[in-house]
This record gives sequence, C-alpha cells and structure tokens, in this order.
Amino acid sequence: MNFKYAKTFLLGAIALCFLVSLFENKINSYRLFILYDIGINIILAVSLNLINGYTGQFSLGHAGFMAVGAYAAAVITNQFGELNSFVSGVIFPGALLAGGLLAAVAGLLVGIPTLRLRGDYLAIVTLGFGEIIRVIFQNMERVGGARGLSITHGWTNLFWTFSLAAVTIYLVTALVHSTYGRGFIAVRDDEIAASAMGINATKYKVTAFVVGAFFAGIAGGLYAHSKQFLTPGGFGFMESISIVVMVILGGMGNTTGVIIAAILLTLLPEELRRLSSIEHLPGITKEFPLSWIGNIRMIIYSLLLVVLMLTRPQGIFAFRKSASAK
Amino acid sequence: MSALLQLDKTTIRFGGLTAVSELDLQIGQNELVGLIGPNGAGKTTVFNLITGVYQPTEGEIFFGGKSLVGRKAHQICKLGVARTFQNIRLFSSLSVFDNVRTVFHLHLRGDIRHALWRGRGFWGEEKQIESQVLELLEIFHLRQFRDDGAKNLSYGDQRRLEIVRALATKPKLLLLDEPAAGMNASEKTELVRLIQFIKDKFQISVLLVEHDMQVMMGICERITVLDYGVKIAEGTPAAIRANPKVIEAYLGN
Repeated sequence: MNFKYAKTFLLGAIALCFLVSLFENKINSYRLFILYDIGINIILAVSLNLINGYTGQFSLGHAGFMAVGAYAAAVITNQFGELNSFVSGVIFPGALLAGGLLAAVAGLLVGIPTLRLRGDYLAIVTLGFGEIIRVIFQNMERVGGARGLSITHGWTNLFWTFSLAAVTIYLVTALVHSTYGRGFIAVRDDEIAASAMGINATKYKVTAFVVGAFFAGIAGGLYAHSKQFLTPGGFGFMESISIVVMVILGGMGNTTGVIIAAILLTLLPEELRRLSSIEHLPGITKEFPLSWIGNIRMIIYSLLLVVLMLTRPQGIFAFRKSASAK
Repeated sequence: MSALLQLDKTTIRFGGLTAVSELDLQIGQNELVGLIGPNGAGKTTVFNLITGVYQPTEGEIFFGGKSLVGRKAHQICKLGVARTFQNIRLFSSLSVFDNVRTVFHLHLRGDIRHALWRGRGFWGEEKQIESQVLELLEIFHLRQFRDDGAKNLSYGDQRRLEIVRALATKPKLLLLDEPAAGMNASEKTELVRLIQFIKDKFQISVLLVEHDMQVMMGICERITVLDYGVKIAEGTPAAIRANPKVIEAYLGN
C-alpha cells in the first residue's frame, strides 16, 4: 500500500474538522457528547493498537495513562478563570500536550519492565501499574481524592477531538508503514529473530509504550474537558479492558478495523439505550414495549462480543491485507 | 592470516552441564568452515554464543579484532554477523518483501522522525531500499513471491528467504544452522551451489552447521568436529573422514 499522500490527507482531515466544528452549536448536546466519546475512543484504541496489535505487547494499563493525562490537563486548566476563546485555544492544546508528555513518562516507566516480561506476565504488570496510578489519584487530596475533581472549563470540541484523532491515526500509520516501523511487527512476530537481524527489540518496545501512552494522555485531557468531572474510579481496570476489546474486535494490527470498532462499541450501548425508550414497535403492536432492552443492554453488549469473537477471532474488519496480513 | 572470527577457549555451562568446553575456532576472510558433531554436541550453542543469545561463562570471542562478549544480539549483527535458524524463524505475518525490507533499517540514515515526517528524504530512501530488496530477491529467485506471506512459501523457499534476510544485513560472516534440514537430494545439491555462490558473490565467510555429510564434505574448506561440547578434530574434509575419533563419535566403537 502506498501512503504517499498521508500528509495531504491529514491536513485535509484537520481542515474538515475545523469546518464541521463551525456548526457545532447546531448539534444537540447529547449527540455531541457521544461524538466526543467516539473521537476519544478512536485515539485510545488506535494508540493501544500500536502497543498490543503491532508490537505484540499485551498491555492492560491504558486507562492508567489516560488518567495521568486527564488529571494533568484538568489541574493545569483549572488554574485559569474566564478566558476568551483565543487564549483558551492556546492554553487547551498546551494542557493536552503536557498531559500527553506526563503520560509518556509513565509509559517509559512501564516500558522498562517489558524488557524482561512478555505475554501474560506483562499483562499482569501493566494491570498492576494502571491500578497504582488510579490509587495514587484516589489518595491525592490535591485533586479531590475519591470525591473527584470538577473541571472549570469544557474546552473539548469537535475540532480538537477529531483533529487529534486524525493526528493519532496519521502518526501510528506513518510509523508502522516505514522501513523503520516494520521493526515493530518483526518484534511481535519473532523477537529472537528480530534481534539477530539487528533490531533493537527493547528500543522498539519502549518506543511503542511511550508513543501509545502519549496519545492515551491526550485522550485523557479531552475526556476531562468533555465530562468536566473526574473520579479515579473512571480509570479502573474495566476502562482498560474496554479499550483492549476495541483493539481485539477491530483486529490486532489493523488500524482501519480498530477505528470502526471504536466507533461501533461507543455507539452500541447508546443505541441500545435509545431502543429501549421506544414505547412500541410502530405499526406492529402496541403491546410490545422495548423497555426491557434497557435493563439488559449490557448483557446484549457482552453477548455480541462473545458471538463476534467466536465467529471472527481475527477481528470483524480483517477483510483486506493490513500490516498484520496473513 | 588474521582471523575474522576467533573463539578463544570459549566455555559455557548451564548449571552443572558444560555445553561447550574450551572451544578454539578460527574463521578467516572469505573462508567456508563447517561445524559437525552428533546430536547435542553443542553446535547450535556455538551459534548462540557467537550471536549473543548466550554469554560465555569463560573465554573470549573476537570478531574483526573486537570482543563480542557482553554485546547484545542486535549489536553483534551490526558488526557484521548474520545467521539463520535451525527451525526457521521468519517474520510470519509479513510479506516476503517486508521480511527483507525490515532488515534494511540497519542501513537507514534517517530515524523515527524521518518515518513520521515523510519528507522527500524519506521517500528517496524508501525507494532505494525497495530496489535493493528486489535485487536481492531477484538473485535468489524469490521475486515472484514478493507480496506473498512469508509463511505461505514452500519449505525450501522459506529457508532461502531466511538466507536472503540474513544477507540483507550486509554481513561479513554468515552463520547457517542446518540449512539442508528437510531437503531432498536435488534440493541439497541446489543448496550447495547456492552457498558457494553466496560466498563468492558477496565475498563473505560462512560457518556452516549441518548433519548431512555429503553437503559438508562437498563445500567446506575446513571442518571442526564437536562431541559433547569438546572439539575432537579439525582439518580438511578428507582428513576428517579418515579421523578415527570422528568415526568413533558418530558410529560408536
């Protein structure tokens, strides 16, 4: 595949995000928040895909990195009072960047044990690391501890969410589709052979963790300014798992699939919720309320995952050759 | 003659087991040396010692005058030692082309920033790499498979691809671990010709581990025989064939 026009594509995507965001106030706020969630989940899933999918390191700590970015961006922007949109347009990306960088440092710290561990053992270490981060925030009075932290501003908008998603997709794709980046896949396929061919496996693994954590931190910042309220509980183990599910469902090492999975898995619970609010099926019967769907929507969600994994273990969207092509 | 590779009383012990004991071995420039021995004699362990998978318990290993002890596998590869594996280890999810291309990162001038920015320098370099990879694949008759998955190749082609991948590191010394395993007679003849060709074309030294005596006697200039980690003989193929110690190690007394 040729990615010659990747940069043009990225600039186009950012321009498009800008145009769409001009009409942001025309979209109802419930839809808007779901759109933010979609953008944030795309960033999370695509960045985790670099670690889990392309480099083959099973990380269960992505929510931890997200928490670092979220709290950092929140604390920084809470220092400021009312600002006009121009000033906030400078401070907000600055805060996101700072959150991303702090998360990247955390990624570096987690990357170090990966020098020794692999597979299940690594998964457990990253899981532990994510929990440590959560517990630290829970006990940090400065950020409200378990009571949570409110964020004064809600600066997340469609422009930032989706242009940053586009940047994430561009960077991860550009990285992997290069001679340098083929090393990530080589490390995943056979680490011993990769080292014997001069690939510094350690460096590649740590790079994957640092880049992945950076974008998780950015997503955290966007999340903070979208929800305007953070609790440590929101960054638990379940959050990490749900990102892993997006990656696995989309197909490990298949960026397009992972993006689609992120969109679908964000929409699915919401759509099931909407379905349950329909009183009856129009034109069929008045005696058939669908409210029960609302009660079991998480069961439906889980069942769908089970069915999908049984029928398409390679990922639902693994149709064409990707970097992990068979 | 200053040796390209020199093992000096190299020893490795795993717990109480001495896998390789005080091995002296020299390989000169553009020389083809064979390493034989019964199963479990420590041949692959010698490869692993040279390529940094294991570190010797005692002794030294020099390559081009530099000590290899304490260096990591990827650093040793950069110095000019490339290898293949007894049980093929290709990058199975990558295409034939990408298996070779990956290795070219060794010769990249640009680094990760290059790959991310994708400027003119990046594309120029990628183009250069592409033509070099294709040239290598062409030489070894693998070009028609360039977009196939490496794991879909036939067994013999996989072995050949592994050799191509090793050559892409532009080595001075190539270590081949049982390249003839699982091949039939005509494939073996072809392999012998291939190894000879590689040695002449790329002007490199080759250290060959092989069970197949016909292959070994046919191409090796010198043969070293290991038994239980100890060198029991060294010499020309003819001398090795006549050596009573070697016959005893292989056939018993």
